[in-house]
Amino acid sequence: MAGGIKLTIEDAKKIYKDMVLVRKFEEKCASLYSQGHILGFLHLYIGQEAVATGFNFLKNPQDTHITAYRCHAHALLQGEIEPKIAMAELLGKGTGSSKGKGGSMHIFSKEKGFFGGHGIVGAQIPIGTGLALTHKRKADGGINVAYMGDGAFPQGQVYEAFNLASLYNLPILFVLENNQYSMGTPLDRTYANKKLYDNLPSRSIPFGVQSATVDGMDVIKVMEGAAEAMKYVRDGKGPFMLEVKTYRYRGHSMSDPQKYRSKEEVDHFRNEDDPILNFEKYATDKKLLTAEDFKAIQAEVKKIVAECEEFAINSPEPAESELYTDILA
Amino acid sequence: MPIKILMPALSPTMTEGKLSRWVKKEGEAIRSGDIIAEIETDKATMEYEATDDGVLGKILIPDGTENVSVNTLIGVMLEEGEDKSSIDSFVAGGNVATVPVVAEATTSTQAVVETSNSMQGSGIADVSYAGSPTKSITVREALREAMTEEMLKDETIYVLGEEVGHYQGAYKITQGMLDKFGPERIMDTPITEYGFTGMAIGSALSGLRPIVEYMNFSFSLQAIDDIINTAAKTHYMSGGDLTCPIVFRGLNGSGTKVAAQHSHDFSSLYANIPGLIVIAPYSAEDAKGLLKSAIRDNNAVIFLENEPLYGKTFEMPDVEDLIIPIGKAKIERSGTDVTIVSYSMGMQVSLDAAKELEAMGISAEVINLRTIRPLDIETIVNSVKKTNRLVSVEEGWEFGGIGSQLSAIAMDYAFDYLDAPVVRVTGKDVPVPYASNLEKLALLSVADVVSAAKKVCYK
Repeated sequence: MAGGIKLTIEDAKKIYKDMVLVRKFEEKCASLYSQGHILGFLHLYIGQEAVATGFNFLKNPQDTHITAYRCHAHALLQGEIEPKIAMAELLGKGTGSSKGKGGSMHIFSKEKGFFGGHGIVGAQIPIGTGLALTHKRKADGGINVAYMGDGAFPQGQVYEAFNLASLYNLPILFVLENNQYSMGTPLDRTYANKKLYDNLPSRSIPFGVQSATVDGMDVIKVMEGAAEAMKYVRDGKGPFMLEVKTYRYRGHSMSDPQKYRSKEEVDHFRNEDDPILNFEKYATDKKLLTAEDFKAIQAEVKKIVAECEEFAINSPEPAESELYTDILA
Repeated sequence: MPIKILMPALSPTMTEGKLSRWVKKEGEAIRSGDIIAEIETDKATMEYEATDDGVLGKILIPDGTENVSVNTLIGVMLEEGEDKSSIDSFVAGGNVATVPVVAEATTSTQAVVETSNSMQGSGIADVSYAGSPTKSITVREALREAMTEEMLKDETIYVLGEEVGHYQGAYKITQGMLDKFGPERIMDTPITEYGFTGMAIGSALSGLRPIVEYMNFSFSLQAIDDIINTAAKTHYMSGGDLTCPIVFRGLNGSGTKVAAQHSHDFSSLYANIPGLIVIAPYSAEDAKGLLKSAIRDNNAVIFLENEPLYGKTFEMPDVEDLIIPIGKAKIERSGTDVTIVSYSMGMQVSLDAAKELEAMGISAEVINLRTIRPLDIETIVNSVKKTNRLVSVEEGWEFGGIGSQLSAIAMDYAFDYLDAPVVRVTGKDVPVPYASNLEKLALLSVADVVSAAKKVCYK
């Protein structure tokens, strides 16, 4: 998108609302987990909101999306799953998007082209490559956007997927959401070569997959990078690899004491480079939104999230007969 | 309305913990994400982060308190602009005695006794081609006919794998198909099983119907995560939203002097997985009719072929649309004294053994499973009720093998009919060796089956 992103007031409201929805939804999840309503693993997206929001803003209806287990934001935005239905799934309720059989890591919407919600780190990338193969075969004009973290990036299958996507010239945009830590392991203890971990997306280039890096704490920069990358893929030039540098505020999952990083580091992002605060400043400077607009949207989201909680808590558990359904189609 | 601060569960197993220290003081402003207290769990000391904005109104449980149950009210937060006096009425209103809601995991009081339908092939209508004209055909050609016929009918079907196109198939199953269907539908892949299996599954989830050829099923181990974790489980994990219509086919098993890494019967390994269908054809009729059914099925199907059988010629019904239902076994030979159950290459051995047994005056009924999962329990049990004896025959290993399952089924459904313990004939419990004499010892033999049948007949 040459000349940068130009937003209308309505665009700005949508972007702000999407980011605040993800933030508040995730905070509610943390609270419901701590009360024992959400069980097992819970991987929160807080801090990374600009990434899912920016890409979501640019999607086309025929596109498909796939990510790993940190999937709530993509499920709500790309998957357009009603927040209360997603929340019910997290609480293991029969009203959830998978009737309570998937949980936090396994949320899907075939209708909206959201294919999960995948629990095995890196395995979503060849699957996304297959989603792109379907776009190509059906010539439906759609592309696949396959998200992975910096923890998935050392998996061998990611490079098999780069090779296949490039070999068959598939319409896929690989997105590396680099939040600096694969669980508790920082980049310098993951990658052998400093030249490489300073420039992770360069790893796709030997496979003929062009790449770039953008700042993931600024939704406008995410959108600028995504728009250009998506255009490249939509134009049939083949796969593209976009690294988005971001940061997760919470632990990897809920029982993570976070001994591998300093509070100062987390506070730096929360106070000085927060994606929501960054966008508030942008929208104010551009005279798109006012402090009243922010408050009104926050209040609206707070209400949605409160309804999610009420709906999910009051929903029934799945019927016991569900144990034996959906094994075979 | 004040916001309750409850003792958090900070790990999946935590029911109580120590409130080590309040990081925030009464009257201090709190932003969502701020650390308000330190909690000692069963695993570690954790920081408790606020999930709302406001002011810490009152601390109810002081620093250093041990054994605080999860969900105990430990403090109260005030929302922006809220008066401190609202706390007293809030606490006095009975809100202190918040009862933990976590406690018990939700276990069913009623034991679930039904067995999964996916284990039972019973009640499936069989299709009989008795009386139809037949033609002589090899298993290899039968497989090719199945794929070709289905691909002509449905454009979403495509074959992918190593050497399936230009090379004409490492075992010539896809010979000539590239010319007929072109490179998009007969898709050569690099040697990258993990990658192309995941890709095939992704395309199946979104509307195509791939047939993945593994040059040898041993190579499927490179991609077994995709097969088990995605192809088999996604339909269930999505509550039925997504389906994965895909066939994984290729040669399986031993007997061609290619040593341990290329000689392995995967039947029981894949049959262990709910969400998969596992088929192992023996004859040309099986190969064609079952492969056509597998391609039409909306599930992930493991289709286990056998190299020594590829070139074997059978008489096959010569009909317009040869379909054999999944989940139905075939009685290949009727008998009255002992039931021998097998599949794939084991059928060859079992039928040869039945002939020898006949000469000894023992009448063996030989059942060809055709589908391993779901298993046709009805056909097996009815036969055991007639013969009162069961011998299982498989190329795979004994431990947790198909024979173990058949033995359990005989006990579950026909215990009172058994006149002898079930005997399992299996491949020997060793990696398959290369040397001809050793390989022969490791694999199934007619003599082993004959001896097992005699044993259960007490002869």
